[in-house]
Amino acid sequence: MRIAPDYLGTLAERLEAGVVTISATNGKTTTAAMLNTILAHDTTVCRNAAGANLVSGIATTLVHCPADARVGVLEVDEAALPIVAASVRPRVMVLGNLFRDQLDRHGELELVADRWRTMVAGLDPQVTLVLGADDPAIDALAGTRGQIFRFGIDDPAVALPSRDAAADSTFCVYCGAAYHYDAMYLGHLGAYSCPRGDHQRGALDFAARAVRLDGVRGSVFRLDAPDGSSQVVLPLPGLYNVENALAAIAAAFALGVPSALASQRLAAFAAAFGRFERIAIDGREAVLLLIKNPTGANEALRAIAADLAGNQVVVALNDGVADGRDVSWIWDIDLEGLLEPAAGVICSGTRAVELELRLRYADLDDARVGRVADVETAVGAAIDATRDGGEVYVLATYTAMLEIQRALTRRGLTQPYWKTER
Amino acid sequence: MTLRIVPLYPELLSMYGDRGNVRVLAQRARWRGLEVEVVPLALGEELDPVRADVILLGGGQDRDQALVAEALRGQAPALGSAIADGVPLLAVCGGYQLLGHRYLDQSGRETLGTGLVDLETIAGPKRLVGNVLVDVELAGARHSMVGFENHAGRTTLGSGVAPLGRVIVGAGNDGQGLSEGCRVGRVIGTYVHGPLLPKNPWLADQLLSWALDHRGLPMLLDPLDDRIEGAAVTAAVAQARRERRF
Repeated sequence: MRIAPDYLGTLAERLEAGVVTISATNGKTTTAAMLNTILAHDTTVCRNAAGANLVSGIATTLVHCPADARVGVLEVDEAALPIVAASVRPRVMVLGNLFRDQLDRHGELELVADRWRTMVAGLDPQVTLVLGADDPAIDALAGTRGQIFRFGIDDPAVALPSRDAAADSTFCVYCGAAYHYDAMYLGHLGAYSCPRGDHQRGALDFAARAVRLDGVRGSVFRLDAPDGSSQVVLPLPGLYNVENALAAIAAAFALGVPSALASQRLAAFAAAFGRFERIAIDGREAVLLLIKNPTGANEALRAIAADLAGNQVVVALNDGVADGRDVSWIWDIDLEGLLEPAAGVICSGTRAVELELRLRYADLDDARVGRVADVETAVGAAIDATRDGGEVYVLATYTAMLEIQRALTRRGLTQPYWKTER
Repeated sequence: MTLRIVPLYPELLSMYGDRGNVRVLAQRARWRGLEVEVVPLALGEELDPVRADVILLGGGQDRDQALVAEALRGQAPALGSAIADGVPLLAVCGGYQLLGHRYLDQSGRETLGTGLVDLETIAGPKRLVGNVLVDVELAGARHSMVGFENHAGRTTLGSGVAPLGRVIVGAGNDGQGLSEGCRVGRVIGTYVHGPLLPKNPWLADQLLSWALDHRGLPMLLDPLDDRIEGAAVTAAVAQARRERRF
């Protein structure tokens, strides 16, 4: 589909409170859903369905925008963002993080970062940028602009014990020297400084402090914001979701929602598609986790590690275009030892054998590992093998997660994602 | 006796699952009762050629590539002496390009390589991306090498350098779909990742055999139960054939 840029701009102008774009390698769907939760109390929100984040999907969203919608919340693909920003002319832009992801589609990380730099340089000065300061490449986008909110985590107690093997950009964006990290939270996200003094994480406008992680159930943290401090009780697990919540609260603040009110509204947040979604099936519970790159998968595994004992795990790896055709990233996941406590692990998806091979080299090729290529059958088998009251952890790539979601909808166990109220 | 696996600059050169190659070499040695030590070389460190039994060079992001090229050039004499001493070296993707004299990117910027192998690389207009299948003859046996390629560079081999194999499916060295990789003695360069060694265990075992030989030990490795590898190769071959691009 070819769309005249003017047309997209005209459609977006109908939203009088403006449009927020949300871009990041990890977390854009969840952040958009969180922001929607915060804003939906005040107005109807025009938002795109998960994954419909390329120019065509955004055009479709704007065409079918509810008549009474006053604000747009659009998750935008990283590579498509410069084009979308130029035509939609957003009021607020959330730039979250850039991780190695689907390299075969996007070219390399560096290329996306370059395009974002060019894009930011050409933005209307009225645009408010919400920047994930824990990511050096994002923090550096700030330049000398005025309208900026930086968000990040500031709590060494929840930092990684050692450097994350999947870390991407750990070299100074200005001089190439290795950053010194006071704390590393996820992959290359953390509190960093260049030893030559060329760059360090900027002062945080929205900071998560005194973070307490509570397994798959969620987390609690203190939010320090420009308008005061508040307690955030997040029903989603992992530091990733702390980052996502900070991004959503900062974006809402840029639109005029007080941060304490936004924090309070987030407590009622239900998981976005495949992001720690919990579904009851025959007295058991399936926990769905979307995985798409080593850093996200490491974080998902860490979040569930303590709850795996005696439970079943399904890992589904597809290699469709939306998943990334290149599946080599599974070798960068640190699953050595992590799946040990599980009662059983089923490898599934179009590249199920590849996963089985990965597990073999993690010394997990014993009787507990099985292979069922069909994703729906694999989940069914795991449910059958689970004791009453037990849990099945399903880690799946994007198209595999869609298959699971369709199967669950067909069985009446869940509403279609795009229909659920969040 | 401990076999020392030396990945060069893994913090910069671990892009396409390159760590998988290290894991596979180490595990296949351990499963045979050999002791293994993985000794990564970090930026700023000097390579001690007598303390390496197999050397791995992976691929990185474009910016990191320039950073690593400079460091690597400083280690070229040590690498050359290790190679002359019979230490096997596997270089993948960006690492393969750095084996050569130079890399010319699309904007015409030149990055000098180590010059360990007579080859050079010039970036083309379009990235070459997809599953690959290569016919390789190594140590008297023929193998199907499977994996994934993703490179902008077009590599030309010097007249004295043999390709690693013949492309069945894929773009290969220069996008013509003819030759893939390079091989000079125990130095192997290739664009194939995926990563390379998990689905090509014959190549992992060849590297281990050479590493044993370098330590003056017989090149004998107990057979392993490679049924899962076999299934993965069958699936990968079918996948590559379905999407024959050239």
